[in-house]
Amino acid sequence: MSAVSPTDTAALAAPPARPTLARTFWAMMAREVRVMRKNFVSTFTRVIAQPLLFVFVFAYVLPKIGTGGAMFAQQGSGPTFSTILVPGMVASSIVMQGIMAAIFPLMMELTWQRSITDRALAPVPVPLLGVQKIIAAATQAFVAGLLVFPAVLFIHAEGQGPSVHIDDWPLFLLMMVTGSLLSGAGGLLLGTLIDPQKSQVLFTIVLLPMTMLGCVYYPWAAMDGIRWLQIATLANPMVYLSEGLRAALTPQVEHMPFWAYGSVLVLGTAVVIWWATRTFTKRVLT
Amino acid sequence: MTPPSPGPAIRTVDLRKTYSSPRGDVHAVRGVDLEVAPGEFFGLLGPNGAGKSTTIGMLTTLVVPTGGTAEVCGFDVVRRPVEVKRRIGMVSQNNTLDNDLSAFENLEFRGRYFGLSARDARRRADQLLEMFNLTDRRKGKPLEMSGGQAKRLMICRALVHRPEVLFLDEPTAGLDPQTRVNLWEVLRGLQREGQTILLTTHYMEEAEALCDRVAVVDHGEVLAEGTVAGLTETAGADTVITVVYDGPVPDTVRTLRDRDGVGKVEVNGEQVRVFAHSPDGLLGELVAAGSAAGVGVTDASQLRPSLETVFLTLTGREYRE
Ligand SMILES: Nc1ncnc2c1ncn2[C@@H]1O[C@H](COP(=O)(O)OP(=O)(O)OP(=O)(O)O)[C@@H](O)[C@H]1O
Ligand SMILES: [Mg+2]
Repeated sequence: MSAVSPTDTAALAAPPARPTLARTFWAMMAREVRVMRKNFVSTFTRVIAQPLLFVFVFAYVLPKIGTGGAMFAQQGSGPTFSTILVPGMVASSIVMQGIMAAIFPLMMELTWQRSITDRALAPVPVPLLGVQKIIAAATQAFVAGLLVFPAVLFIHAEGQGPSVHIDDWPLFLLMMVTGSLLSGAGGLLLGTLIDPQKSQVLFTIVLLPMTMLGCVYYPWAAMDGIRWLQIATLANPMVYLSEGLRAALTPQVEHMPFWAYGSVLVLGTAVVIWWATRTFTKRVLT
Repeated sequence: MTPPSPGPAIRTVDLRKTYSSPRGDVHAVRGVDLEVAPGEFFGLLGPNGAGKSTTIGMLTTLVVPTGGTAEVCGFDVVRRPVEVKRRIGMVSQNNTLDNDLSAFENLEFRGRYFGLSARDARRRADQLLEMFNLTDRRKGKPLEMSGGQAKRLMICRALVHRPEVLFLDEPTAGLDPQTRVNLWEVLRGLQREGQTILLTTHYMEEAEALCDRVAVVDHGEVLAEGTVAGLTETAGADTVITVVYDGPVPDTVRTLRDRDGVGKVEVNGEQVRVFAHSPDGLLGELVAAGSAAGVGVTDASQLRPSLETVFLTLTGREYRE
């Protein structure tokens, strides 16, 4: 800093600033893109590792050694296991990555010196900052969901290729978008409700059961032999996303009716976004 | 830049904040009335826990008041937070830099949040880094910077959009003396340009060196307010003499109370404190009183009227932060 004083240069030379909500919002999204670009390798690895591993085990290893999912295929005309797996994998990627993309930054921003202050002072209402965080996380979730497709289309045992075809584009997009927003908002909600220091608990008591019991590896209807579980899993939002994607991608596989998954996803997304921006605002303002 | 708003830059009326926690309520700010004129350099002076950061938090919209009102540039901080945020810059007490971005990017994005084009924001960032001698830290991560460098970067960040009112929460805490004096120069330069500044500090000499007016706060209340000269003339007209004996304070010392020119005599264990308008010879008498009673003197000091004695006079407590 030496003897330099800001007279004449510093302040007066500032170019005119015209902040509008939209400009500020886009600048914040640009920041997310910059951060993602910097952490590209780690973000990409996190996003791709899960579908890659699951697909490898379920669509390649298990059919090869003739157990597990392969049994579906051996029943003759039934769909291959990878066909059942695709919508579930897309759903599980969206949910996992959306939640993580929202929670990881919060762990730094809300605890470590509260660096959220940096953005809380930007000229937008704090709830809008919450919405921005949801959209940023949802974008990551959306991309993570899309990345599942190349993974499953190329990795599978012979004769075990999925038969996936997007019959219903509007339905597919509706599911991808609401699913991404729901998981981003869910991540923000969990991250602002739970003490960030205790977020490991979150992985064991929320994320793991949600994926394991999210109708990823079987359609919801296939559980009718275990009625209590079938009903219990209705509390799991991932079930509706898996089923909705099943309807859009593999309509030949049994799935829930649209009124069920559609209403839960659309209404649920709206409610969770509203709720998460409220809890976020409460955490940012003291 | 928005045209200067008429009226005070900052006005608070009976501003209050009570934090509720499981262990009971903390009354951090209890009815603060302040008025800061445009272009003024105003200081909030007080010890740890006085409520300085809470007050700044409310003025910068990040802490929600539980009572009273506050306006910045004529906008209510609760009802019009976005208008307030457009017009202010803040240097917080902690390092609140964006750790995912480099030093340069911290400034670049701050500019973009405030509506600068990407190009203007980058130019502005470089200009500020150069001015604050941080160009060689351009690509550095905030977490890898020294405390002083991070503070300077936070000041740059607060200036990017040329705020009407600049809030500085203990900007020189933890800086080495040289850096502190340099920073004072920078702040004086800003003030010469007409920048309104509200600064909090523990350091008496900082308030004396920089501020046009100060408010002395403790326990969430303003104890005294005015120009530094005015305060030292009225509230703190006294010189404060403190003597610590190696035994009980001799009783004869208490009789000084009746002397002309002596305001107060406070005895506290082995320590006596005399507040006096005309302190001549008092210190010698205190030492002599000790010898007469057979106790020695382990410590003695005489403080001339200053913000420090103002604080002592107002609170009866030593100011050693
Ligand atoms: N988030 C909070 N929750 C509960 N109590 C708080 C919170 N923030 C501050 N306090 C309490 O409010 C009081 C005032 O704190 P504040 O940070 O405003 O003081 P300060 O004057 O800035 O002190 P310092 O000089 O140490 O920075 C303190 O008693 C503090 O413990
Ligand atoms: Mg403080």
